[in-house]
Amino acid sequence: MMLVTTVCLAVLALCALLCVGRIVRGDSVADRVLGLDNLLIVIVVGVGVNAARTGSGVYLDVLLVVALVAFIGTTAVGRFIERRGTR
Amino acid sequence: MSGAANVVTSILLLAAVTFVLLACIGLYRFDDVFSRIHAATKSITLGVILVAAGVALQLRDPGDTAKLVVAAVLQMISAPVTAHILGRAAYWTGTELSPDTVVDQLAEADLDPER
Repeated sequence: MMLVTTVCLAVLALCALLCVGRIVRGDSVADRVLGLDNLLIVIVVGVGVNAARTGSGVYLDVLLVVALVAFIGTTAVGRFIERRGTR
Repeated sequence: MSGAANVVTSILLLAAVTFVLLACIGLYRFDDVFSRIHAATKSITLGVILVAAGVALQLRDPGDTAKLVVAAVLQMISAPVTAHILGRAAYWTGTELSPDTVVDQLAEADLDPER
């Protein structure tokens, strides 16, 4: 289990780097928001992998909260972009 | 913890991480906002579902399983909503489509964007 979760966490680190790359390069605000949303969901998956690694469900609440924050934040900023324009 | 459960969990986790990696590669490499939304939303949802299944199988605790089910269902509900709101915002604020775009039916439709 240790080896598998280590590989998973390494791949997730690469995923997070790709998301950060999109946030830095992003053509528009929508790209950056999408990158942030994706980064948060990568964190959700990472917390899940960590729960399987340690065998304890203590951090599953964090998983739920991060998923909720990702949804609410992205929705709010999406409405904001629509009202204020892409710059 | 039995060996078979460990093997199944490992497979589920590796599959989940593969889907997340594909989503992130798509997010990084695709040409315009809409194809990036398309790449990111679908496969990362599948990643979250698979990781929830794997962790639930590993922990074998009703309370933890309930939390993971809630997380997976929340992701299934929120991902399309997020994609729709972002795509809508990007389209109506005049984001350029990729030069490879074949058809833009929304531009041909006679719509009032303020409605």
